[in-house]
Amino acid sequence: MAKPTTVSTDSEALKSSTPPGRPPLAGLGGPVGWLDDRIGLAKLSRHNLRKVFPDHWSFLLGEIALYSFIILLLTGVFLTIWFKPSMNEVEYTGTYQLLRGVPMSEAYESTLTLSFDVRGGLLVRQVHHWAAMLFAAAATVHMLRVFFTGAFRKPREINWLIGIGLLSMALIEGFAGYSLPDDLLSGTGLRFVDGLIRSIPVIGTWAEFLVFGGEFPGTLIVPRLYMVHILLVPGLLLALIGAHLALVVYLKHTQYPGPGRTESNVVGYPLFPVYMAKAGGFFFIVFGVTVLMGAFLSINPVWKFGPYTPNQITAGSQPDWYMGFVEGAIRIFPPLESHWGHTTWSWQIFLPGVGMLALLFGALAAYPFIEAWITGDKSEHHLLDRPRNAATRTSFGVAGVTWYAMFWIAGGNDILANQFHLSLNTITWFMRFAVFIAPVLAFIVTRRICASLQRHDAEKVLHGVETGVIVRTPAGGYYEDHMPIPVDEAFTISQHKEYPALEPTPAVDENGVRVPQRVSRRRARVRDWFFRADMPKPTADEVTAARSHGGARHAVESSEEQKSVSQH
Amino acid sequence: MSSDLEVTRTHPVPDPGIEEHVERWVDVDPAASRRAERQVAACFGLVPLLALGFVAVYFFVPKTWAVQFAGLHAPAQHVWLGLLSGLAILLVGIGAVQWARLLMGDQEISEERHLASSDAATREEALAEVHEGIAQSDLPRRKLIGTTLKIALPALVLPALVPLLDMGPWPGPGTRAATIEKTIWAEGIHLVTDVTYKRIKATDMAVGELVNAAPENIKDLSGEPAKAAVATAKAAIIIVRMDPATIKIPASRKDWQVDGILCYSKICTHVGCPISLWEQTTHHLLCPCHQSTFDLGNSGVVVFGPAGRSLPQLPITTDADGYLVARSDFTVPVGPSYFERDSTHDYKNGDN
Repeated sequence: MAKPTTVSTDSEALKSSTPPGRPPLAGLGGPVGWLDDRIGLAKLSRHNLRKVFPDHWSFLLGEIALYSFIILLLTGVFLTIWFKPSMNEVEYTGTYQLLRGVPMSEAYESTLTLSFDVRGGLLVRQVHHWAAMLFAAAATVHMLRVFFTGAFRKPREINWLIGIGLLSMALIEGFAGYSLPDDLLSGTGLRFVDGLIRSIPVIGTWAEFLVFGGEFPGTLIVPRLYMVHILLVPGLLLALIGAHLALVVYLKHTQYPGPGRTESNVVGYPLFPVYMAKAGGFFFIVFGVTVLMGAFLSINPVWKFGPYTPNQITAGSQPDWYMGFVEGAIRIFPPLESHWGHTTWSWQIFLPGVGMLALLFGALAAYPFIEAWITGDKSEHHLLDRPRNAATRTSFGVAGVTWYAMFWIAGGNDILANQFHLSLNTITWFMRFAVFIAPVLAFIVTRRICASLQRHDAEKVLHGVETGVIVRTPAGGYYEDHMPIPVDEAFTISQHKEYPALEPTPAVDENGVRVPQRVSRRRARVRDWFFRADMPKPTADEVTAARSHGGARHAVESSEEQKSVSQH
Repeated sequence: MSSDLEVTRTHPVPDPGIEEHVERWVDVDPAASRRAERQVAACFGLVPLLALGFVAVYFFVPKTWAVQFAGLHAPAQHVWLGLLSGLAILLVGIGAVQWARLLMGDQEISEERHLASSDAATREEALAEVHEGIAQSDLPRRKLIGTTLKIALPALVLPALVPLLDMGPWPGPGTRAATIEKTIWAEGIHLVTDVTYKRIKATDMAVGELVNAAPENIKDLSGEPAKAAVATAKAAIIIVRMDPATIKIPASRKDWQVDGILCYSKICTHVGCPISLWEQTTHHLLCPCHQSTFDLGNSGVVVFGPAGRSLPQLPITTDADGYLVARSDFTVPVGPSYFERDSTHDYKNGDN
């Protein structure tokens, strides 16, 4: 008879064991494990997969810019398959009947072929152009968002500067692309650039001859711009975008103030899966909308303009929107040209063309450092400002936008004159003053609006919001009932930083020896001016007092008279 | 540190902490949740159909078909390719975003930030390593290496940049005289219309008429389009006929015109656009680019806009048969200003 089966519990064979140093992701096997063995994928993922991104619609603006850049890369590759960057003259023999037999450059001819004879060619060309408009627009509005919310403050100044570089290069990139098809409009744009380069004092003629390879138009400018457009600038853009995003990841995203949001945390959704799905999905939404725009909205129909010839032009020529402000400045600048000895100095082209771009981008680049000097705030900023709480910065921003808008409008002075039956000369003269006066007015008005909004916030924190219910007291008085606002909102609108006025520190010590001033008289004055519009926010004591004073339901308007009425 | 510059954040209302999670409709209603799932799946499910439709249009819709719909007139193939691919891409996006919004957990989480800067100990360690490296390189003792390297690296800029100087001819005085300061106009060159190259008879021009014209010898360049473009960019002209009694002709330019027929450069002196808008009654010529306005009844002086100089006038006369011919090249360089341009000879208002 067989012995009953015994179960051994301590056999060597039963011991489970893992080989020494077995990588943690090996359990997943396949390519993931293979990659982890080689590049430590798990280590990378562990820190980044659940990285938190805050959610707000205004954070999508930068995403739109990024996505339209990707769309530009994708569609641009398709365009290069067909486009011939050559100014050699050929005779058009393609499908578009109105231009058959017309001599034109190969660049223009290949653009027509792409538009009429390549299946989907027109679609891709139009998507490319719409995406370019969107790229410049989204980058501009994204910059405004960053400015108005103070996201450029320490530690993000470098990313602000990278952004300024990106925006300026987007303009160059757009302009180079606009010039490539060699149609009448783009040739006119190049003629303008030729005049602009020539106007540079001392080296202008040399720069012109080197850039164009001789006299305008020559045969080299289109192939050279092609290199700039598809290699040089996109390469720089890619590198800068990489750095821009890397800094966002390292510094983590800023967030709007709110309950539980502090300078030392970030509240939102994890990258994987929520943010990935949202942001990835948003890429497809931007792409899809751009493709639909390319399908249904005509843009830059080059066949209507005809090939470039230097002695023709169409009235109402307009550059793409992002060059409109330069165009406007060129149009309204008074005719200042100096003829000194045997030289000519074209201030009326150089100053608005080259000088204004330098001024705009220089001022943008300098702003974070100027504001940091005024506030003296050396801490890190991760909570965004509500624009009203930084009244002077917001006013600067609105003034800047107004300044830009005035020049932009001036860039269409002929169209305005035509559409509204106004005198072109009157519009031009008006704009010559408006570019100086309108920003000042905008500054003053914005500062007052910000101050009023701050007062309103303070009142809401202390007394709540009006209910529209008028209550008659037994004594015969009347007051409007107020309701306290939710504590989340009260916290959000009262958490901002306040910058008290500073006294200048002494310039000499007690022995009369000069010492470096930490706060100079000038700095104290500028700081006083900068924060003058900001209303003091309620203190904790005031909030407690207002809340306990008859309960929030009985809170009234801030005037003393009404207050006494409500006390019963 | 400057303690009086430090600003602390006060909280008159204490921080209530992150909002409580509010459940969505899809979290509590299984039917709504299933509906949302079906919506997302429908978005994704339509994409392959649209993609196949795209392929079908690509192969089977002829290029010649057109779509006419509510003001849209476009090639059918273009519109359908765009519509189908646009919708397909869009649906992937809408599906993904709806999935994230409605079906993924929507608990907000909080993550601690780290300071951007390194802590003091890390700085010390890094600094120590730098010092160690410097010591190992022995650079402090061997100043000569450091000095020569400091010269060597910037010197490499020269070979990198100097070749760029051959990007174009150098505009020295000789080159300028032969290029931007000269056009193909010369004595005896006939004025011809700019498209058909027909000679222009003085008696054929009516008062108030404007003709876009070119030099007859531009035809000689018809085999060399690049040269022709450069020549046209400078030699383009406009001819206007005005009533001599209504215009000012300075004494020095009495012989530059024929019975009130005057000829000017068509290239704007501002940035070089071809000027084309003619106001008959005022004799003003307006540039469509930046609206510089020139008075052709007064030797082309600027009456408005950003141009800094008069429009150059071409001296003309008639040949034996009454056709218009040039008496010489332009007396000043045409087109936009450049630094080396001697602008003392341009016509100024009131000159004789």
